[in-house]
Amino acid sequence: MNDDQIREIVFRGLRQIAPEADPALLRSDENIREALDIDSFGFLQFLIGLSEKTGVEIPEADYEQVFTLGGLVNYLAARIT
Amino acid sequence: MGEFRMPSLGADMEAGILGKWLVKPGDPVKRGDIVALVETQKGVFDIEIFEKGVVERLLVQPGMEVPVGTVLATIVSEGAAVTAGQAVPPAAVAEPLPAAGEALIKAPPATSPFPPAAPSERIPASSPSARKLAAELGIDLSTIPGSGPHGAIQRGDVERAAEQKKTAAPAPLPPVVEKPSVPDYQAGMRQAIAAAMSRSNREIPHYYLETAIDMSSALRWLERENLKRSIKERILPVVLLLKGVARALADVPELNGFWLDGRHQIQESIHLGFAIALRQGGLIAPAIHNVNLLSLDELMAATGDLITRTRSGHLRSSEMSDATLTVTNLGDLGVNTVYGVIYPPQVALVAFGRISERPWAENGMLGVRRVVTATLSADHRATDGHRGSQFLEALNRHLQCPEKL
Repeated sequence: MNDDQIREIVFRGLRQIAPEADPALLRSDENIREALDIDSFGFLQFLIGLSEKTGVEIPEADYEQVFTLGGLVNYLAARIT
Repeated sequence: MGEFRMPSLGADMEAGILGKWLVKPGDPVKRGDIVALVETQKGVFDIEIFEKGVVERLLVQPGMEVPVGTVLATIVSEGAAVTAGQAVPPAAVAEPLPAAGEALIKAPPATSPFPPAAPSERIPASSPSARKLAAELGIDLSTIPGSGPHGAIQRGDVERAAEQKKTAAPAPLPPVVEKPSVPDYQAGMRQAIAAAMSRSNREIPHYYLETAIDMSSALRWLERENLKRSIKERILPVVLLLKGVARALADVPELNGFWLDGRHQIQESIHLGFAIALRQGGLIAPAIHNVNLLSLDELMAATGDLITRTRSGHLRSSEMSDATLTVTNLGDLGVNTVYGVIYPPQVALVAFGRISERPWAENGMLGVRRVVTATLSADHRATDGHRGSQFLEALNRHLQCPEKL
């Protein structure tokens, strides 16, 4: 899976949680939750959705690495088999 | 014979529109069944029945707006003859029953599923004092709901109507516009919140107490627990906070209940209203039932389910009406401290800010801990600061022993 495909999966997940937002406008260094106003429940739902699509379960200890779009895409790219 | 009435879905609701029946005459029903959809200013809700039996007659047609308490259907015990009910043709259903007839029934035009209701020509029952005041203030009694016996309009109802009229835009009365009737929930939601919060601020003498709670050990415990779990079974910190509140309420029950009819009514069951912000704006605080009896896993599942249904529009009537205390958690990104407004007729509200790292002095040492500020807003008619303080101490104590939550 290349970065564009991963980004598309991420966008689809974000649109489900924040239907009125356009995640494609996110800057890669922006905090996703703050930019799209996603609460902790919404973020967990989003990560569960990602794990189903990519097989990557992000542990809580790694949350700091995935708060931005760029960080999340890199994180997933390094782990998707 | 039982009567199934328009439920009150919270202190801010005066009337509701029957959106859809999910049962018909002759259908068996039991406690907890969802039998109808009702639309209020805050959205559409699933209405449960709390009786066992067979639906005899449906008395209110979809699209009609009726005040809280209006009989919507009659229920007979199983085995009783229901042939009469089955024989009722739809046209007869709209006939007002005696009880409903005294109340205000608004019949909508037949253009849309949830059209704005037109005022009825029926003159509703009203008290002399209400009639006099209505005449003085220029309020049309047939346009306001009554809160008295059988929906009779009382002086307070007129005062409320006058106030709403005042707060409404001073522009000329909106004509009966024939615009497509997409319910404007945002405006309705704002009105509903405005009514409940104005009443709270007017009637409830609030007092506020706050305390900082060291969450470090609770969060470390939770992180260890979550490591053992799959991502779907993870528990969020707010679940610890909710359970801690329920435990503390069991210790200090005076904060769990209502101020109704001029007296303090402590409740045994602990149903926590959980304030959920809607993405399109506004707020709903449906109840999670019997929080003290749920394990953390069950509470996590119940909370997730509640948030999902709040956002998709499938809250149940009981969840909208029976919270005994509300908890608001303004998120893990935002502010440190929240001073909440109590949701009447409850007597307290517990608010949590964000859990953040702060300097913490203990045993002569200064360190950095993860800390949350818990604020109690309480009704001074029902409790005093001493009780409130005991509650916050109990909350702190429980949150220091997460494994026992």
